[in-house]
Amino acid sequence: MCHSFALTAHVPQLCTHCACATVLRQCSHVLYTVLAAPLIPCVSLFLSISAGSLIINLVIMRPLTDEETKTMFEKLSKYIGENIKLLIDRPDGTYCFRLHHDRVYYISEKMLKMATNISRDKLVSVGTCFGKFTKTQKFRLHITALDFLAPYAKYKVWVKPGAEQSYLYGNHIMKSGLGRITENTAQYQGVVVYSMADVPLGFGVAAKNTQECRKVDPMSIVVFHQADVGEYIRCEDTLT
Amino acid sequence: MGRKIDPTNKVKRGPGRKARKQKGAETELAKFITDDEPKKLSSRAKKRAFKRTQVTVKPKEEKQPKKGFSDENSEWLTPAKRKRKLEQSEGDEDSDSQWEDEEDLDEEEKEEVEANEDEDDDGDMVDDYGAMEDSSEAEEAEGADSEEEELLPIERAARKQKKMQKATTQEEDEDDDDDDEEEEEDEEDDDEESEDEKMDDKEDEDDTIQMNLDGVDKFKLPGASEREKEELVPLDLQSIHQRIKDNVDVLSHFSEKREEGKERTEYLSLLKSDMCTYYSYNPFLMGKLMDLFPHSELVDFLEANEIQRPVTIRTNTLKTRRRDLAQALINRGVNLDPLGKWSKVGLVIFDSSVPIGATPEYLAGHYMLQGASSLLPVMALSPQEGETVLDMSSAPGGKTTYMAQLMRNTGVIIANDASADRLKSVVGNIHRLGVTNSIICNYDGRQFPKVMGGFDRVLLDAPCSGTGVISKDPAVKTSKDDSDIQRSAHLQKELILAAIDSVNAESQTGGYLVYCTCSIMVEENEWVVDYALKKRNVKLVPTGLDFGKEGFTRFKEKRFHPSLKLTRRFYPHSHNMDGFFVAKLKKFSNTIPTAPADQKEEEEPAEEETPVASEEPSKNSKPAKSKPQQKNKSPSQEKTETKQTSKTISDSKTTEKVVSKNKPAVKSKKLKDDGPKQKKIARMDEEDSKQDKKTKEKLLKVSKVDEETSKKSEAGKKEESLLTKTNKNKKKLLQKKSRMGKNKFKTLKKMLKKQESGL
Repeated sequence: MCHSFALTAHVPQLCTHCACATVLRQCSHVLYTVLAAPLIPCVSLFLSISAGSLIINLVIMRPLTDEETKTMFEKLSKYIGENIKLLIDRPDGTYCFRLHHDRVYYISEKMLKMATNISRDKLVSVGTCFGKFTKTQKFRLHITALDFLAPYAKYKVWVKPGAEQSYLYGNHIMKSGLGRITENTAQYQGVVVYSMADVPLGFGVAAKNTQECRKVDPMSIVVFHQADVGEYIRCEDTLT
Repeated sequence: MGRKIDPTNKVKRGPGRKARKQKGAETELAKFITDDEPKKLSSRAKKRAFKRTQVTVKPKEEKQPKKGFSDENSEWLTPAKRKRKLEQSEGDEDSDSQWEDEEDLDEEEKEEVEANEDEDDDGDMVDDYGAMEDSSEAEEAEGADSEEEELLPIERAARKQKKMQKATTQEEDEDDDDDDEEEEEDEEDDDEESEDEKMDDKEDEDDTIQMNLDGVDKFKLPGASEREKEELVPLDLQSIHQRIKDNVDVLSHFSEKREEGKERTEYLSLLKSDMCTYYSYNPFLMGKLMDLFPHSELVDFLEANEIQRPVTIRTNTLKTRRRDLAQALINRGVNLDPLGKWSKVGLVIFDSSVPIGATPEYLAGHYMLQGASSLLPVMALSPQEGETVLDMSSAPGGKTTYMAQLMRNTGVIIANDASADRLKSVVGNIHRLGVTNSIICNYDGRQFPKVMGGFDRVLLDAPCSGTGVISKDPAVKTSKDDSDIQRSAHLQKELILAAIDSVNAESQTGGYLVYCTCSIMVEENEWVVDYALKKRNVKLVPTGLDFGKEGFTRFKEKRFHPSLKLTRRFYPHSHNMDGFFVAKLKKFSNTIPTAPADQKEEEEPAEEETPVASEEPSKNSKPAKSKPQQKNKSPSQEKTETKQTSKTISDSKTTEKVVSKNKPAVKSKKLKDDGPKQKKIARMDEEDSKQDKKTKEKLLKVSKVDEETSKKSEAGKKEESLLTKTNKNKKKLLQKKSRMGKNKFKTLKKMLKKQESGL
């Protein structure tokens, strides 16, 4: 059964993807209709599913529950806004998210079929890992998701060559290292960090909005570091 | 007074010719003798030095006219030649052949120009050598081991000088004053010189050199007493090195240079112990290497293992292009070149001011640090877009990511590795390089056909002894012994069978398996591939790599299938990459050839189970022993057969399965392979059925029956299948053995007669 949602000042919409009788939890497309609306912390919009989905087997590679999906999409939308639907509907097939050992993997459905042959404890990774859920069910976005965030990023920050190394070591970006920043960046907005050669280096959170960035002194932090590509060397172990 | 230089000769050496003063023999000689030579030269080294003196004069003389054109040759030595050379050197990238061409050009030109002057120059140099020799006679060199050999040019020089000047005593007096680089110890020198004088009058200088060699340059084996001394006080490395060279030289011209009464084996054993000491190998490995390479090539190989191969990287074409990457790295201060004509993605790093493994481009996944030899198996496999590919031993992920970039992130790649720790690096590399079509799992490769099958292509980079990558891991020199090699070979055989069974022969685009190792041992390479050819329906196909040495088709007492020539071997000393072996196999049928005895049993279940080959180490022996009940089951034999066969097939080795359709083909195969296979199976029969003679006999019956009926129609097969027991014992034993010895054959005959009479 498909569920309809009541949005403030919006016509309730059916999920366009599960018009057929699919179980809701298998349809991760539900959110995309929600996010078509302007972004509101849409906490209250989800209806709970049958109890079966609440029984979480941590070992099995399973689709995300609604809450998990919500948490993750919230996090993603900080960086790419409503472009999440572009992640799901791609020209080369439908992609979906699956949870395995507390990590969220982004894979095409064709790969999903092949992966079911492999027993759960032997499966290490499928497709691309986007991030993991912590013990308290918070979603932490990993650097491995950068390839998918970067093309759809709404707010970007460019770092000067001199400050690249510092950022790649895990430090925050200071005003002196800031090359460019997109206009209308709000404070605490999720941003993707690029080098001046347009090579994505990681992502972070803007500490100040664009206006303030111009005024503030050179030694103050303008972008908080969240993840950078240097982690491939520094934190190789935690990627798996 | 001593050295007389013909003023008409233009001594073109270095700047300031006019100001040039005779600086003494040492410095003069240093220009003629290359720095590579040690003080004590073997006979071959002397020959080489002589040749070098002939050649080196030419380039020196050439360069000067090129620079200043102040020479008389400037008229016809045009600058165009120089430009051509320069253009050639700049245009080509790093191919060795290009440099060789240049050298050839140089030599040709030099030969044209300096034909006449060379001889005189040689004479001059000969003078120096002659001087050296004379003076050195007075001095005694240490020379702990064998007698030292003279320089050929020295002898020539001496003779020439004597001819020209006829004032030997005066020369010697004067030459004694000169510094002496060369160490001569032999009293024979005096005798040789007298001989030389006589010979010179009659023969050419070259001939006399050869004669002198025979007379003079004898490498004497150290006797027992000398060996004992060496054990107490080991020789210094340099003398060992010299002795190795001398030994190799003697062995290559054994009939001419051998000592009377000394066998070749003595020379060989001395050489082996010397090389073990000098290069720090254990005797087992050194023995193996001596079997693989001729002696001179062996020395090259060992030398190549002492130095590192150049650092190479592979461009990640999913994210960037090679020229863009090269440009970005050059901007960072890296000195690099394209790898060669055979690779479009490889770059070799000469030196770098930044750490290559930590540049922002590396972190962004634009390239991967990878050995040049690791590019070869993936190039041979050439996975196409949209295929399903398996990499059975994928850590640290270089080949997997290369395959993914060739497939443009389409299709699916299963990256498997048996070690969970090393899989972390695979995960890291896959994510860093932006590969999205991969599934990473942690199975033992031998289990793979059970987990999944039907791959279009499979890559097996088998774990090996690592004898090809000694430069990376010198511990291999001392730690490998026979059991290691045998263990590796056994594992590799199991893995290659598992890999073959995972390939889908009916794949539209593929059906290929590439087997590769970073080892140079024949036991791990050709033997394993040959084993696979015998055990499965696969054939070797060309790898597509046009360089590299062909694999062996025979080695010592082993004989391999002639198609082994299609495999490729790579060596550090000849290709400047890690030792490697690549073989590309095509599977042309999904059926698994069984031994002739097992043919009939496997008719029915064979069809069901062909795609899922079970190739685990046989558990036959256990169930076989548990169920020896052949005689009791008659009516339900067929049904139980199928059940049991299905069970046994799942447990037993792959030899059991034969699709009924393909039976004729299989049968014909079996008939052809009767000879050697029968012997093997017979032996296996003996081993397995030691405990149960009855089952053994029954199996023999069955196998005999099978053999006879193999020529009959399928109806005959059914009868035989009825006859053959459904016991797991029988089937499993039969699976292993389709052949028997004479006695067994006879007993089978008797049994058959009884059966036939009984029926």
